[in-house]
Amino acid sequence: MIDVSVSVGPWPFRCFPGDKPADLVARLKRRGVKQAWAGTFEGIFHRDTSAANARLARACATAGAGFLLPFGSVNPAAPGWKEDLRRCHEVHRMPGIRLHPNYHGYTLADTAFTELLRAARERKLIVQLALNVEDERTQHPLMRIPPLDPSPLGHAVATVPDVKLVLLNRMRAPAGEALAALARTGIYFDFAMTEGVGGVGELMKQVTPQRLLLGSHSPFQYFDGALLKMKESAITGDDAAAILMGNAQRLLR
Amino acid sequence: MIWDLHCHFGALAGNTPDLKMEKLVRFADRMGIERLCIYMGHPFLNEPTPAQLRDQNDQVLQALRHWSHRAFGFVYLSPQHVEASLAEFDRCVRNGPMVGVKLWVAKRASARELDPIVEAAGSMKAIVFQHTWHKTGGNLPGESEPTDVAELAARHPKAPIICGHTGGEWETGIRAIRHLPNVSADLAGSDPCNGFVEMAVRELGAARVIYGSDASGRSFASQLGKVMGADISEADRKLILGENLRRMMMPILERKGIRL
Repeated sequence: MIDVSVSVGPWPFRCFPGDKPADLVARLKRRGVKQAWAGTFEGIFHRDTSAANARLARACATAGAGFLLPFGSVNPAAPGWKEDLRRCHEVHRMPGIRLHPNYHGYTLADTAFTELLRAARERKLIVQLALNVEDERTQHPLMRIPPLDPSPLGHAVATVPDVKLVLLNRMRAPAGEALAALARTGIYFDFAMTEGVGGVGELMKQVTPQRLLLGSHSPFQYFDGALLKMKESAITGDDAAAILMGNAQRLLR
Repeated sequence: MIWDLHCHFGALAGNTPDLKMEKLVRFADRMGIERLCIYMGHPFLNEPTPAQLRDQNDQVLQALRHWSHRAFGFVYLSPQHVEASLAEFDRCVRNGPMVGVKLWVAKRASARELDPIVEAAGSMKAIVFQHTWHKTGGNLPGESEPTDVAELAARHPKAPIICGHTGGEWETGIRAIRHLPNVSADLAGSDPCNGFVEMAVRELGAARVIYGSDASGRSFASQLGKVMGADISEADRKLILGENLRRMMMPILERKGIRL
């Protein structure tokens, strides 16, 4: 299994059980995970994302070389983001980056976002776009982050076709035809925050099994629910193999 | 043994409550869930009239006609309509098949209007389930905080009361109820945040923590994952997944002659 959505570093408002990188690696391995794509919580909150990314790379190398693949944070609304992108790629040898637009203060309609997609595509980097981190209702009152509007995404992807884009932590939006249309552009989706009985099965119908990835959002969330969702939707055989491993491997190529 | 404290069938596809229940049970079977507590019908109504309460409960009664071997019904009551609610309690619990009370967002749990409802439940040893949230953006006007449940529970120290969702924002919710041994924490209906179950067990003791999902809006899987993934003993996991709920319900099940 490849878990495409884990994170390292401290979360400002809570200590999660198993949030030290070595502990996270041990917990994931115990559950059968062979590789995990790790973002950095520090990269969400720190202005010095360069240092956060360097710490992420070191943590991955120290605690899980070959197991934890680092995905650095890049904020296209901040000056110097192109250098951050270069370091993620050339210095830290990261396979991709992770974006948090609503925490970093830009929208998917901003020119800077499209410019970042284009730059990432040129470097053949995977771009993980986190639509949410947590339920808006449980955010710390001193840090209220509005939900990200995904509606400009279709236009952005049309502008930068063939970018390797993964939407993380989708909750209720995009939905319906907007969701299916995005899937047709070649975007991938994880299901860490997919809800409803049989929710992953419904999502799979809309985006196809070839566009779905195992994501746990661990250690923010318990890992175990991710696999249980596969069981709840009775996803087995080739579909399960694609979702749990094959699609992520294809993205890495 | 897994019993689910917190389920709704109304939003599922199907023309009748029994068909909706069939779908819910199919998913529950995949997850190894033996029994489901069900309450409220379709659509969800924040401030139901007495007639609407009756209709909501009729939907649950219809579901129970076919699924009583898998489901327990809780009667939906409203402290905005105390007399009508007491009549519904008599119809559905005292003289009917239901075994618990569901209170939602019509009036805060600290309100005195809840007292006769809780007393009626106590007379039958029925469980009282009170929805709570502690929303960062603010609650609905009649939506209870865990502190409201704490006030209610302090007035009724012998009544078994469940703090629904444990406030959603569970770190505050657990703290609000920890000094009240008659209040248990419902794990349902919030994101599967790592640490929820560990804190609940640490502060309340495993005997006061109960698995629920809030299906069908929530996934059985995401909510079971809270318990399955928690750093707790296997004995505590068993308590949370079903043994606690069974223990709480046994008095009314025995009284009604319901065999398991």
